[in-house]
Amino acid sequence: MYNFEFKSPSTIADAVAALAGEDAQALGGGQTLIPTMKQRLAAPATLVRLGGIPELKGVCVEDDGSIAIGAATTHATVAREVADKYPALADLAGHIGDPAVRNRGTIGGSLANNDPAACYPAAVLGSGAMVVTNSRQIAADDFFQGMFTTALDEGEIITSVRFPVPQAASYQKFLQPASRFALVGVFLARFADGVRVAVTGASEEGVFRWAEAEQALNKEFRPDALMDLRVNPMNMIGDLHGSKEYRAHLVGVMTRRAVQACI
Amino acid sequence: MPKDSGIGASSKRREDVRFLTGAGNYTDDINIRGQAYVYFLRSDIAHGRIKSIDTSAAEAMPGVVRVFTGKDFEGVSGMPCGWEVTDKHGAPMQEPPHPILAQGKVRHVGDPIAAVVADSLEQARDAAEAIDVDIEELPAVLDMKAAAEEGAPLVHDDLKNNICYDWQLGEADDDKVNEVFANAAHVTTLELVNNRLVANPMEPRVAVAEYSRGTDEYTLYTTSQNPHVIRLLMCAFVLGLPEHKVRVVAPDVGGGFGTKIFHYAEEAFCTFAAKACNRPVKWTASRSEAFMSDAQGRDHVSKIELALDADNNFVGLRTHTYANLGAYLSTFSSSVPTWLHGTLMAGNYKTPVIQVNVRAMFTNTVPVDAYRGAGRPEATYQLERVIDKAARELGVDPVALRRQNFITQFPYDTPVALTYDTGDYNGTMDKLEQAADFAGFPARRAESEARGKLRGLGVNCYIEACGIAPSNIVGMLGARAGLYDAATVRVNATGSISVMVGAHSHGQGHETAFPQVVADMIGIDESMVEIVHGDTSKIPFGMGTYGSRSLAVCGSAMVKATEKVIEKAKKIAAHLLEASEADIELKDGQFTVAGTDKSVAWGDVTLTAYVPHNFPLEVEPGLEETAFYDPANFTFPAGAYACEVEVDPETGQVTIERFTAADDFGNIINPMIVDGQVHGGIGQGIGQALLENCVYDENGQLLSASFMDYAMPRADDVPFYTVDHSSQTPCTHNPLGVKGCGEAGAIGSPPAVVNAVIDALQSGGKAVDHIDMPVSPSRVWAAMNS
Repeated sequence: MYNFEFKSPSTIADAVAALAGEDAQALGGGQTLIPTMKQRLAAPATLVRLGGIPELKGVCVEDDGSIAIGAATTHATVAREVADKYPALADLAGHIGDPAVRNRGTIGGSLANNDPAACYPAAVLGSGAMVVTNSRQIAADDFFQGMFTTALDEGEIITSVRFPVPQAASYQKFLQPASRFALVGVFLARFADGVRVAVTGASEEGVFRWAEAEQALNKEFRPDALMDLRVNPMNMIGDLHGSKEYRAHLVGVMTRRAVQACI
Repeated sequence: MPKDSGIGASSKRREDVRFLTGAGNYTDDINIRGQAYVYFLRSDIAHGRIKSIDTSAAEAMPGVVRVFTGKDFEGVSGMPCGWEVTDKHGAPMQEPPHPILAQGKVRHVGDPIAAVVADSLEQARDAAEAIDVDIEELPAVLDMKAAAEEGAPLVHDDLKNNICYDWQLGEADDDKVNEVFANAAHVTTLELVNNRLVANPMEPRVAVAEYSRGTDEYTLYTTSQNPHVIRLLMCAFVLGLPEHKVRVVAPDVGGGFGTKIFHYAEEAFCTFAAKACNRPVKWTASRSEAFMSDAQGRDHVSKIELALDADNNFVGLRTHTYANLGAYLSTFSSSVPTWLHGTLMAGNYKTPVIQVNVRAMFTNTVPVDAYRGAGRPEATYQLERVIDKAARELGVDPVALRRQNFITQFPYDTPVALTYDTGDYNGTMDKLEQAADFAGFPARRAESEARGKLRGLGVNCYIEACGIAPSNIVGMLGARAGLYDAATVRVNATGSISVMVGAHSHGQGHETAFPQVVADMIGIDESMVEIVHGDTSKIPFGMGTYGSRSLAVCGSAMVKATEKVIEKAKKIAAHLLEASEADIELKDGQFTVAGTDKSVAWGDVTLTAYVPHNFPLEVEPGLEETAFYDPANFTFPAGAYACEVEVDPETGQVTIERFTAADDFGNIINPMIVDGQVHGGIGQGIGQALLENCVYDENGQLLSASFMDYAMPRADDVPFYTVDHSSQTPCTHNPLGVKGCGEAGAIGSPPAVVNAVIDALQSGGKAVDHIDMPVSPSRVWAAMNS
């Protein structure tokens, strides 16, 4: 690790100001950033810790029934606090990494990083959630823009994420055997106005919605409705842990299992 | 009846008190006042010619004490190989130099090019980044078969090719072997890969060295399974130091699994640098460095042919193996694919004609050496997979086919150079059938099928040659060291005992089990006995811990030394009791004159030995004895394992539902520790079978370079094990009748897992007869859908 300045502001405004400095980098739970810095693969001049800002933390239910989760809320807190309100989201949060990761890693950090195999992007996209920042609101469909790429501007901070609560939802994660990130993860949410299916882990372009599956399920909400559907293996990740074809196959299997779990 | 102390008791591991409370003292816990830190600049290129190294900028960096390159070690010998293998034409193996820091070329990703010694680790790293290295990249040699071709790029320019040796064991007459196969009623052929593994002990390697100008003495603290071997190799073959001026200490070691047997360049470097810099120096490997510098394991590609007659008797076995040695010869690397592998190809079976062919290759990868089992897992996997395939081809029960071909008469001379002293393979298989509940399998399969899962039962046997090893035999086979061990039993005046043993304990539970033996022999409480290990200045000599040898070899030395102590103590007791020495009996810590009520306690005798006021004149005062023990033969633990898996036909995911081990370890000192050893070994075997794989890309870059991509087994990957050690045929040639148990689990479990997966898939109508390890979901799915 190279030396760096460390700032821990207590307000969003101070954090935004600190991030305007040269080579400043926001620090969420640090579950990706700190190992990267230890390997000397990242060398920010200043780390701006967001975990000291009280208004970024916690879970609450909005007037419209949606759940707002502060960006600096840890996975463990989400798993605990939304267990009754949004069990599929709680289940997802409760199975990210191990207890050490879940008690440090944050939802905002995960979304801003947008790892192509991370779990949270699937929940946010699958729920059609709203990503709230210090300056605007970004719909999930606009937020994720490819592997490790988001709609966030330089210095923009995620402050919270607002999840509409579906009638039924399920997250089905097939583990990459080593990292236990998602080799393929499918978050399926059924709302009164339709079904959303978001897939993580599989695509070279990061989390994506499987539109054909959504259409089929809107017609008929049962696993068999998907039997003839395939995602195109061409766009899938192929690596040590699974070929493009295998990931494409798993997208189908995991989606069917998510449907089954919602029935 | 279970005992509550002494031999046969499940005494609780006393070392766990310090390990579980954070009170262990590992090498990285050792800090010496004024120490500097070492950082190795390692090659990020698999194969290249070093054009230039400019260290001037690095030397000017803050905190830098000195920067070393290969030039500083010109004239210093490289790392030695401890075993010279002779090829099938009688020529010695090709043995290229293995420099401490790269000279001329880099030969694998991770090969150390330079080392910076600085006041802090971060300063050393900063300076290493300022070293300007110009390397001309060369084509990387990776595929073993391609590496053997004429005209392949050379890993070592001075060798005639990349083949370290072409070795053969067993029947040398090719015509005779061909005839056996030509006349066979059935031949089963199988080609397979034994996947490359990274041992990954929890504690990475560490070396701390200091040099005293005042006394010209060196001390090296290192993460080693055998400090005396490190001292001998480093002093005699690498740095040319007098052994009596060098102390090597291996304190608590957080797991070895073979990869900490070897003498590593970093240890020699730190010892050298401590004097050169006149500062204590410390190096602690990062996990990333461990992945690219710890000797790795396995990596064989084999073709196996099994010939059977019309009655399904095995009549011939022929194997052709390519064994990857990596870029350099690690300390015992040459012995692993040969004498630790070929000799085991008879397995538990009376196959009359066996021919083993091994071609060992240099490649641009991390050196490969012994990893838990070392050669024996590779042999067992080949044999037990080909037998299983034969049974399926012939439509016979795999267990019945094995039983039919078991060796049943002992001693048994195999066609591949070993003499098994004892065993009862049918008896052990009987235990397995019961413990694994073979009878209940059809019902369990039906239950799985009802849930849409395929269930398979895989069975295999194993035998291993442990208690390594008779020095005269291994000497004939090319070992450059003896493989005896030593112990000193030092009885203190008050009767407590320190036993200085050559074996090193790093998870094996010696600190508990060894005292059980001594305490039992004398009849005193175990807590009165303590072992001392891991320090060349305290123990007489020792060849260390590997090859499931500690109790069978070092334990035997300890028994011999204890016998000498008892013999002398009886002389003293006889004097005190005014009786004849021949009439003295020792029981429960009391010396008694046979047939009388006259007795004297152990503590009174030991006190007399050190306060010899009333003492036999012909006897020396004191009570301390040393024994060296060189085994007469290997020991031959053997067993039968059963694995039940469920396969998810949609995803290819394999889950292990049941795993049962029936082992014959001969006599057992501490059943609980033996269970633990077997559990750990099976865990690693399941890791190899389902999860672990060390993968290089076509440029020699290590793809599985961290735990993000190298899958270690975790608690939820393994089931609760059933272990049965009640089949016991004691070793015939060591005093305790023990055989060794440390590697059995890792040797016996991979074929059981793979056999079970094949059984499951075939039960589901899938025409799959082999999947290479690791049997990952993607591989199973691909096999099912090919």
